[in-house]
Formats: sequence, structure tokens, C-alpha cells
Amino acid sequence: MLSQKTKDTLLGPLNANNPVVVQILGICSALAVTVQLKPALVMGIAVTIIVAMSNVIVSLIRNTIPMRVRIIVQLVVVAALVTLVSEVLKAFAYDVAMQLSVYLGLIITNCILMGRLEAFAMTNNAWDSLLDGLGNGLGYAIILVIVAFVRELLGSGQLLGFQVIPQWCYDHGYENCGMMLMPAMALILVGCVIWVHRSLNDKEAK
Amino acid sequence: MEWLYKNWKKFGKNFEEGGKLSWLSSFYDAFDTFLFTPQTTAKRNGTHIHDGSDSKRTMILVVIALVPALLFGMFNVGYQHLLATGQLAAGMTAALWWKAFGFGLLAVLPFIIVSYAVGLGIEFVVAQIKHEEVAEGFLVTGFIIPLIVPINTPLWQVAIAVAFAVIFAKEVFGGTGYNIFNVALIARAFLFFAYPSHMTGDEPFIRTGGTWGWDGGHALVDGFSGATPLTQMATGTPVSQSFWDMVNGLVPGSVGETCIWAIALGACLLIATGVASWKTMLATFIGGGLTAWLFNVTCTSFPAVSLSVQSSWLLTLSHPLEPSAVSGFTASSSDL
Repeated sequence: MLSQKTKDTLLGPLNANNPVVVQILGICSALAVTVQLKPALVMGIAVTIIVAMSNVIVSLIRNTIPMRVRIIVQLVVVAALVTLVSEVLKAFAYDVAMQLSVYLGLIITNCILMGRLEAFAMTNNAWDSLLDGLGNGLGYAIILVIVAFVRELLGSGQLLGFQVIPQWCYDHGYENCGMMLMPAMALILVGCVIWVHRSLNDKEAK
Repeated sequence: MEWLYKNWKKFGKNFEEGGKLSWLSSFYDAFDTFLFTPQTTAKRNGTHIHDGSDSKRTMILVVIALVPALLFGMFNVGYQHLLATGQLAAGMTAALWWKAFGFGLLAVLPFIIVSYAVGLGIEFVVAQIKHEEVAEGFLVTGFIIPLIVPINTPLWQVAIAVAFAVIFAKEVFGGTGYNIFNVALIARAFLFFAYPSHMTGDEPFIRTGGTWGWDGGHALVDGFSGATPLTQMATGTPVSQSFWDMVNGLVPGSVGETCIWAIALGACLLIATGVASWKTMLATFIGGGLTAWLFNVTCTSFPAVSLSVQSSWLLTLSHPLEPSAVSGFTASSSDL
């Protein structure tokens, strides 16, 4: 159905060319919003939508943008989309929007966005740019979800706000690991994901 | 001894290249150099040290230097237990002395076993995977960790902290000698941030219940408080121990950190044998003293703690504050 090139554009960022664990972009927000699974999911979706749409828009107008002011034009597009998304979230998911607080607005400074616009959307057509945006957004979201899964499970014994570790364990001396709630542990977890990812991909390469 | 050595070497043939146990060679090698002094030295040219002494023998000296602090720690764990349960009301007797030590021995021993089992387990596995010799750094680390945790820390938390520290503070940096942090202190820091309720407050430092079911169920004395002297100062309550109690170490605190004499004895051994540098030790105390002094002179809004503390007490108080008093010495020797 999809040609090899479109497949690579869409699925490459999910694994072999992942924006977070391979290109090491978007780390700040990956540390900040992954204490719980729910904000991480929302953040992942928001970034995916914004990357995909800004990719498409910039790709459509790429031939009319003067090279000298292209960064400003890209920023305007991204800023407009970020504002839209954050307004929608405030209207329909107020609690999560409050949890994400400034990090929602700070999507505009997420390196993944500018990186994709500069590296891909400026030189490719709209359809490919859409796939590239979706792929990169999802690649970012996957890492966020993995980290948030571990942090919420071990840090508060919950997943998506529901208690998963039974009271029985707490009665027998189990305790949540407070370290998991700290950004330092998120950084170590991202490091672990990179570790696993590298050792798996290196084996394939050999 | 000769017979033992010969048979040990014969047993070792199995672990050589092509032998049936060659995949466990670093296991054999670790025990070989641990049990017998290596017979090989550097070649007699150049400026090498021509001595069979390796880091295992350096490490074992550090462990010996820590023994006084450990023995006293065991006694103090039992002593604080007897004190809290009112068994010392009629004064100390020889029988009670032995009871205190036995109680502390039973309470501390599991920490040592868990610390070594988890840490050495990881070290051995990593050595097998990387086809390297088992590094000896954990001999000291595993000994320090039981000394710098409160006696009521759950053992599984100690196990997790040890695993975390060995993997993320040492192995990911390349193993012994490449670690940029003190592994034992990372274990303690992990415990502090991960399970803070077991690290501060009135609960963790005195075992009021029994150990393995022994000597539990006593009623606590009236007005019992498990607070360390530092906590008492911080909360503005009068300190219930005398200055000399703090020097002698008969105060609540982490297992091996309370007795200044025991720690100083170990320090003397390390300095005398040249394992540790007295300059590094001195620098630790000057740094701590200067920082305390700085807070003392600049602090105006929180006088309850710092201003009321006599300056001569600062040294004795540094230990409930931080476990680094124990490991500061070993850190100076080789940054384990």
C-alpha cells in the first residue's frame, strides 16, 4: 500500500531514527511531564498534532517563504498551532491543561518541531511532510509513554490515576519509590531506554 | 597450606581457556587473588612498583579500618534498644552488655549480607559479561553501606539502593576506578530521596521492637523520643545526651557513624599505612567546619539550630547530619 520511502518517513522516527532516543531532542519536556501517564499521553498527542500540521502548512508555503526570514515564518505557524491546541485543551480537558502548565506553551521551543520544519518540511511535499510529522510526533510520544509508565507505576503505584499495585503489597511493607517522582530519575530512565534501544539496534546492524 | 594451594591451582585448570568452566574464569580469578597473594609482579625494568600488593590488599586494609566503627555500631544498636525499652534502668551489667552486642549483631548482620550479596552479585555478573576480572572496589562499598543506613531501614530497600548505586554510579561509567561518585553515598542518597520516611524523623534510628522475634514486645520508657541530637536541636527541644555521649557515640544515629573514637581509630590506621591521605581527611573537616561557620554567622532567621550550637559541638554533630564522616576517610583513599 505504502512505498518503501513513505514507510521510512512514517515509521523510521518510531524506532531507528527516534527523535528522543537517537537524535536526543525534546528531552526537557520528556523529563517534565512524565510523572504520570495521562499528561504524558496528552502531551504526546498534542506534539504529534502540532508537528504534523505545522509540517503540512510550512510545506505548502515553502516556496513562498523568503529564505532570510524563514525561521520567523516557521515560528509564527508553530505559535499559532500551539495556541490553538492549548485553548482546545483548556476548554475540554482543563485539569490536564493545568497539569501540563507552561510545558504546553513551551511546545513551541521543542527542538523536534523546528528540526522537522527545517530538515524536512522546507524541502518536501505536503503529503510526505504530514507522514514525517506524524511519525516524529508518535516517536516522541512513545518514549514519553514508556517513561511515564515506569514512573507512575513505581512512583505512585498507579496507572492513568487508577491504583494498580494492590493494598496487600503496602500492608506487607512495599513502598512507592519517591525517587521516581523526581526529574533526575526521568533522565536516568530516558538513559535506560536509550541503552536498551542502542543494544537492540546495534545487534541488528551487526 | 602448600597442599591447599596446590589443589586450588589444580582446580583452577578447569577455568582456563578451553576448560569446561572457562566461562566462569573471572569468578575463579577473583577468589584466587582474594585468597592468595598473587605471585606475579611487574617486570624488573622501568619505574613500576615491584610489589605483589594489589588493590585487594589495599581494600582489605580499609575494611579492617572500618571494623571498630562496625563493632561499636552493633553495640550501640543494642544499647539504644535496651535504653528505649527501659532495660538499663537498673544500670549496666556484663550480661546486659553482651545482650546489647548480641542484639546489635543480629540486627546489623542482615544488612551486611544483603549489601554484599546484591553488590557482589552485580559485580560478578558484569565481570562475566565484559570478560574482565572482578574488580575489588565493592569490598569496601559493601562494608560502608550497612554503616551509613538507619537500623530500621527495610532490607529490600537497602537491596534496591545497592543495586541502583552499583549500576548507575559505577558500572555505567566503566566499573571500579571510573566511577565519578562515591558508590556507598549514592546508595544512601538514593534511600534518602526514594524512601524519606525511613531516613529522617524519630522512627528510623532506634529499633524499639525485636530482631527476628527476639526481645520484642517491651513497653517503651516514659517520654521516649527516637530523635537524634541534631533533630532535637532543629525542633528546639533540649538535647537529651551529653557532649561526651556524642563523642563516645552513645546516641541514636546510623549504624556506624556515632562513635568518633572508633572512626578516628580507623582513620589512624589508614594514615599510618599510607592508604589514605590525611590532607583529604583534613580538607573534609575544614570544608564542613567552614560551611557550618558560614551558616552560623550569616543565619539570622533560624537561630534555633545553628546559633545555639556550641562550636565545639559541630564536629560531633556532623555525623547525624551526614554519613560522610565514615566514608570520607575511604573516599580519600580511593574514591570507592
